[in-house]
Amino acid sequence: YNYFNWDCLLQFVKCATGSGSSLIHVVRKDEDIYSPILRKLFNESHHIFVGLQTIREDLPSKNKKPQFVSISKSYRSVIRACMEELQQVVSILLAIELIWNLCEVLFIDAVPAGSLLLHLLDWVRLHKADVDEKAREVLQSESPVEHHGYWDVPGSIHTLTEFDVKWRHWHEEVDRCLQDKSFASNVHLELICKILVGDEDTLLEHKELLSTWYHFLVTRLLFAHPTIKPTELHYYAQSCMAMFLDSRSAPETLDSILLAAFDFDIHQVIKDCSIALNNWWFVAHLTDLLDHCKLLQSHNLHFGSNLREFLLLEYASGLFNHHSLWQLAVDYFDHCPEFGRVYLELHIERVPLDTERKALKVLRICEQRQMPEQVRSICKIMAKRALRNNRLGSALSWSIRAKDAAFATLISERFLQDYCTRGTFSDLDLIDNLGPAMLLSDRLTFLVKYHEFHKLYGEKCFTEAAKLLLSLITAKIAPRSFWMTLLTDALPLLEQKEVSQTHPHLSLGLYDLTVICVFWSFQEEDIELTKVELLRLALARNLAKAIVKEGTVDA
Amino acid sequence: MESTNAKYVSQKISKTRWRPVSSSALQQPHIFATGSWDNEDNKISIWSIGDHGLPGMEDELEGDPQLLCEYRHDGDVLDLQFLDQDRIVTASSTGAVTIFHHHQNSQTISVARQWARAHRNPCDNAPCTGVVCNSPEIVTVGEDGRIILFRADQEGAVRIIENADSNSIHAVTFLRTTEILTVNSIGQLKLWDFRQQSSSPSQILSLTGDRVPLHCVARHPNQQHIVATGGQDGMLCVWDVRQGNTPFSLIEAHSAEMWEVHFHPTNPDHLFTCSEDGSLLHWETASHSDMPSFLQGGRNNSMISRSAMAPAGGNQSLISAWLAGDSGKGRLETTHMLPSQTLSVNSLDVLGQCLVCGTDEEAIFVNRQVPV
Repeated sequence: YNYFNWDCLLQFVKCATGSGSSLIHVVRKDEDIYSPILRKLFNESHHIFVGLQTIREDLPSKNKKPQFVSISKSYRSVIRACMEELQQVVSILLAIELIWNLCEVLFIDAVPAGSLLLHLLDWVRLHKADVDEKAREVLQSESPVEHHGYWDVPGSIHTLTEFDVKWRHWHEEVDRCLQDKSFASNVHLELICKILVGDEDTLLEHKELLSTWYHFLVTRLLFAHPTIKPTELHYYAQSCMAMFLDSRSAPETLDSILLAAFDFDIHQVIKDCSIALNNWWFVAHLTDLLDHCKLLQSHNLHFGSNLREFLLLEYASGLFNHHSLWQLAVDYFDHCPEFGRVYLELHIERVPLDTERKALKVLRICEQRQMPEQVRSICKIMAKRALRNNRLGSALSWSIRAKDAAFATLISERFLQDYCTRGTFSDLDLIDNLGPAMLLSDRLTFLVKYHEFHKLYGEKCFTEAAKLLLSLITAKIAPRSFWMTLLTDALPLLEQKEVSQTHPHLSLGLYDLTVICVFWSFQEEDIELTKVELLRLALARNLAKAIVKEGTVDA
Repeated sequence: MESTNAKYVSQKISKTRWRPVSSSALQQPHIFATGSWDNEDNKISIWSIGDHGLPGMEDELEGDPQLLCEYRHDGDVLDLQFLDQDRIVTASSTGAVTIFHHHQNSQTISVARQWARAHRNPCDNAPCTGVVCNSPEIVTVGEDGRIILFRADQEGAVRIIENADSNSIHAVTFLRTTEILTVNSIGQLKLWDFRQQSSSPSQILSLTGDRVPLHCVARHPNQQHIVATGGQDGMLCVWDVRQGNTPFSLIEAHSAEMWEVHFHPTNPDHLFTCSEDGSLLHWETASHSDMPSFLQGGRNNSMISRSAMAPAGGNQSLISAWLAGDSGKGRLETTHMLPSQTLSVNSLDVLGQCLVCGTDEEAIFVNRQVPV
């Protein structure tokens, strides 16, 4: 092997895991967990590589060799570190599966005496199968299933009492055989018998086959107390753990958790797991399930929420901070009756809204749960962003959805300003199709109607146009800055014969307005006096015609 | 209905599309592409469900999608289309339009061409929301209200319609080779003719007085004037674009946003929709006439024809007629395609007997025995 070959490094990794390219495959598939680890491999080995290149060439080879060995060990330790990290993840999962499985047997399934042992056997077997292939073979070969007549499954054919009687009878017989030294000639057979009666010392002698104290526990129970009741478990658990573990080694966290489970102290299990695991996933989901099984008494914490809700809130809050997984958190908050809604309200407003589609999804969540404040807030954010980008149509639509009259007014003013600057309206497809939404704000209504006026004028429907203009003026929804514009628009209308003939009121209304404007013009200097002059002239002419006509009719 | 299993892929799927199969072959599709969204690192991925020549083969393991290759994508994948057998075009939330090349021999992906800020706003990004292809032409639309026409082999845009829409455009589809349809966030369906030089649509359709945003549009594969749309209220509308403002049918399809609607490409009596409400529906007309029932619309049912004379408020009667089931001509059967409720189904695609969809629960579903 060439140590400085990249392929070789990968080969090392492959060989070390003993499974071809599966490590690389695993890395690609579970990128979230594994790729940071692989990146470490690349970076650290790069460091070693660079160090290697700097070894001085002029050293005699007998001095170089220890350095090469040391570098080789460095590369190996980098690989081992990666392996260990991966294994750490897997071993945590194994531990929580073990705990959960036991909780299922003891608390959720709550199996009675008789089948309890069978379930515990399965539990241990599963764990052993996960961890130690070799031991499983041994366990199977020692299985009393092979012993003729032992397995009358309790509960299926016989009642527990019947089984107990039969078992005791059998147990006494084996015990008697041992006392009689019937098997003394065959060491192995005698050993098996001792195991079958559950002789603790014999079992302990074969500790290496029972890798854990709980395996020892289940084995002991299997041979000595197969009809054990759930309530008796804790006594045997304590003693087995004490017997199995060396007096000098303290029980690990996992051991205390399992012991608490055998003690049926659910709260202790949850508490220990919360402390031991750096992730709320396990305790939140298990506690919720246990709560559904009505196994948790109301365990009030100082702020009044119960344990289940507390854990779910913690877990979901963590989810909400994830850029992708926040959506899952919503359902968790939904099922926290006391504080879920408040938490959701606070968190949902902090979800970044990069696209309209995401905003719509967040809005759907808020609307489904009747959260109008949040809806308004989100729509306002989107409206402001659109306005900043000069997307007036979009901004208006968001304001309408937010039912935000103030913002709608602001945007309408922008539209009107645009009109004044450019002389034409933009975004007609929107303004023409607002429907009842235009009533959201006065300014918006004015904008829509004003555009309608222009349309009518353009189509030469002067009568309709005049009617509309009059209503705009009398309704007083025109902004002051627009009065001159309106009057200027009125000018050509007034010249139209049909208008002056059919709408004497138009003239009068405009007359009022002109008077106001004239007074106003004495105060402000930016009014174009020529326009005002022209207007006064046109109005006077119109009024004259009207008076004459009226006079004529009357006469 | 064969059971459909979920494959969890650790990314929220925004788009799924089958790679096209040659029309002559009787093959079922076996390669599909997906795009992700809402990740710090989004990607496009290409999957295979195994090549089986014989339809009707059932093998759970074989059906499990296998990842062939993937590539990093800047921004959410807001739309994805196959340009041809080897090339995929994506629309990004950054406003970019990218052509990816899938090298089948090496199972790798590379970027063939990118228009980085095709859609843009003065201050922020303007997401590109939709893309449709008719090789070599590519049409894209975005939140900036622009419509852009590209050619795969040209560096610059062929044509840009600025400010085509005052609101965000949500989706686009080809009506004919020179005409496209867009739908926007104020419920308008707009027809654009590229032969004309103006920046105005040649036609605007919308439900009178209705401003419900539309999210998807699909054209009937054989009858080019028939179009289906879906929007925020989950309502499925079928339109005849020759006939002006009122849709032919209105069906209450979903209880939340309808994200995609597809006519089956070879069997258009079947329609598929997916929604934010977590369901994917298969609509099948049971009528034996040549024209599918939801296109017979207001013609055969006396209740509907009465209301057609009074468009305002007539929509209610249209809906109830379809829900009540009319005289037996044109029954509409609906089937849920997913085993249970999930988070939003964002996208679906159907080709031959195969259906694929992706959800916000980071799962892909494949069904290879769709009854069409």
